[in-house]
Parts: sequence; C-alpha cells; structure tokens
Amino acid sequence: MTQSSQSVKEITLQGLWGNNAALVQLLGLCPLLAVSNSVVNALGLGLATILVLLGSNGMVSLCRHYLTPAIRLPVFVLIIATFTTCAELLLRAFAIELYQALGIFIPLIVTNCTILGRAESFASKHSLLPSLLDGLMTGLGFALVLFVLGLLRELLGTGLIFANMDRLLPFAGNWTLEVFSNYTPFLLAILPPGAFFFMGCLIALKNILDKHFALPEVESETPATGSQRVRVTG
Amino acid sequence: MSNNTATAVPASIVKTSITLGIFALLAALLLGIVNLSTAEKIQEQQLAAERRALGEVLPSSFHDNDLLSKPLPLSPLTSSTPLANNYAAIELLELSVERQAYIALMGNTFSGAILPVEAHDAYSGDINLLVAILADGTVSGVRVLAHRETPGLGDKIDIQVSNWILGFDGKSLANPSLPQWKVIKDGGEFDQLVGATITPRAVINAVQRALQFFQLNRSTLESSKN
Repeated sequence: MTQSSQSVKEITLQGLWGNNAALVQLLGLCPLLAVSNSVVNALGLGLATILVLLGSNGMVSLCRHYLTPAIRLPVFVLIIATFTTCAELLLRAFAIELYQALGIFIPLIVTNCTILGRAESFASKHSLLPSLLDGLMTGLGFALVLFVLGLLRELLGTGLIFANMDRLLPFAGNWTLEVFSNYTPFLLAILPPGAFFFMGCLIALKNILDKHFALPEVESETPATGSQRVRVTG
Repeated sequence: MSNNTATAVPASIVKTSITLGIFALLAALLLGIVNLSTAEKIQEQQLAAERRALGEVLPSSFHDNDLLSKPLPLSPLTSSTPLANNYAAIELLELSVERQAYIALMGNTFSGAILPVEAHDAYSGDINLLVAILADGTVSGVRVLAHRETPGLGDKIDIQVSNWILGFDGKSLANPSLPQWKVIKDGGEFDQLVGATITPRAVINAVQRALQFFQLNRSTLESSKN
C-alpha cells in the first residue's frame, strides 16, 4: 500500500521542503503575494490556510470510500468552502482587526489550489492520520514561505518587523522591532512587484541550497554512480 | 416498468445525488453550528472595533454617552438636489454614499460630533476620513478610514504609517486662520509629506470643509441629541 511506503519523515520533508506548495508547486501564489507585505498578515493567512488544509484533508480522507468519481470534485470543493467559511467566522470572532486587514484573501482560500491539490492527490488516497500530517506539513510549508516573505518585505519596506502583532496575538502589542531607525522605505518591497521579486529570490535560494546539499549526498550515499562518473569524466 | 429503460433513472445517479445531498447537508450543519456559536462574539467584536475607531478621534474624556447608540445618517445629497435634508451645505462633506455622523454628549449637553468627510482630489482614488470636532469648534482628532495613496509616500496620512494626521489635533477655523489651512509649501501651516503634496492638500482641505460644515450646522447637530 502507498500508506506504508510514505513514512512520517517523508511526508514531513515533502510538505515542508521537497514539494513545498509555494516554492516548488507554485500554488496559491495570489494570496501569497498579496498579503505577504507584513509579518502579521502573513502569519494570519498562514494559520488560516493550515486550519483549512487540516480540516479538508481530514474530512476528505474520512469520506474517501463514499465518493464516486462523478461527485468527487464537487464534494472536495464543498468541504474546502465549508472549512474556509469556518475559518473566516472564527477570525471575525477572535481577531477582527486581522480579518479586516486580510479582507478578501480569507474567502479566497477556497480557490487556493494547494488545498484542492492535496485533497485530490493525497487525502483521497490515504487514511486519516497520514492525511492530517500531510495537511499540517503542506500548510506549514506554505505558512513558512509566507512568513519569510512577510519578514523580508516588512523589514525592507518599513524598517520595522513584527509591527501590529497584537492583531493576531492580543499580548504581542509591543513586539515591534525597529531594525533601522530613520529608515527611508524601500518602496519596491511593499508594492506588488516587490512580492514577485522576493518570491523569485526565495525560489532561487531554495534551488541553490538543494544543489549545494544534493552533491555531497550523491557522493556519500551512492558511491557506485559517483565513482563511475569520475571514471567517465576522468 | 422494467421495459421502460429509456426513462428509468439509473440507480447510480440516484445514489450519487443522495451522497452529494448528504454531504451538502453535513456542510450546512457544520456551518450552522459554527455560525451560531460565533454570531454573538462577532457582533460584539464589530461594535468594539467601531467604538475603538471612534474613541481614537474622540477620547472618552470628552463624552459619556455611547457614540454608537444614535448615529445620524448623512445622505450624499448636493445643493443641486435640495430635497429633504436637514443640514446646510451638506455638499461640503462630499459624501459619495450615505454615512453616519455621531453626536457626543457630556452629562447630556452637546460636547462634540464625529463627522464623515471624503476627499476626491487626492492622488489616487478617494480618501475617507473621520473628523471629530468638539463643541468649541476645535478638532479633537482625524483618522483616515480608507485610502489608496502611494505606499511609502502618500500613505503617511495613515496613523499606522506616520503621526502626520495628529497635526490637526487642537486646530480650528480660527487657529490657524482660513488662508493658513494649507501645506507650508503653499504658504500654510501644515507639514507636507516628502514626495507627496497632492495627498496632504486633499486631506487638509477635507478637514477644513468638515469644520465649516460643523460651524454651519452646529445648532442642528446639537438639537439632534434628543
């Protein structure tokens, strides 16, 4: 079975890094680029996405034996929309300022292809626990990219980080860090084109890291191919 | 019936529809539960957020009534359509939709009003403002509710970005005098923003218009407390 072949470690690594929703699959870019202009917005959307992914993956996994191909997609969309609306209601009830700041991008979680993608390619084929883990890890991977983008753009765009954190965490009102004082904002960072620019940088960085760490692995783990290659080129 | 296969509904369709229907019902049930359990909290939060916004322009030391209890609707009428409209020169506010004014009372006497005002001569799009004016005609606070000015330049009118908007606190039509209601560059008294002149001009003009409206309608506003 596929369940047993996909170990916990593998699901975690795939979700966070190897098959990262934002950096590798390039899914959910619209909300990712739009709300990553500050850490608090990025974290808010990241958490809401994790919540929806967990709920939809779990639900889809539980229902997977009752779904015929004809109604598979409508039911997925129904489940995702339900959890998105729940997330929206909860945000409005417990973090209304964040809800106002995120605006349309909370309802738009429904259209985040990452979530439908995980429901279709993972949760509909696996049992509950691996599906929940996959949802959590994919969501965390997405939220991590959001967080890093938000951090970079807020830092370069305003000279501050963690401003307005009390919108998400009521006790975090004084978390604002003034990294550069008397900072002239780097406008590009908070404007939409800057989002594409920094996203591109992050993807490039991931590729560089992958390349850097892949080489020694190939040499150490598969000495046969390594030595062969040496012989050929040598 | 058994021969009539052309009109008989295949069992698979029935089964599929029922399954889909059950899922829709379950989804509706879940949403209903979440909605019921959060509705009260959401309304509470909504009111609290509005109160916070009003409290920022008019601190509670200037009023002891619930500002939200009796909002006055201000319609976007212009002087060219002099219909049922209690207020003089409502076109000064340049409202594009109906918005609310709030009356502040201190021990049941009129202590000020919070007026909505719009600016259509900004750099990009309209600016929605809230101006709180005390009974003696001085500004107690101004906040930008919505704007689309350039981030990093014109957006300094937003309290989240800079303190520029606090420069209106304590000003009135007499202080500075009307010709001084301009940015320094135009011979006035208010700071301009680096790289953005059109935005502060629009905001200064809008606050000044709100003050004029208040002056013209002071007695109407005052009598509306009942």
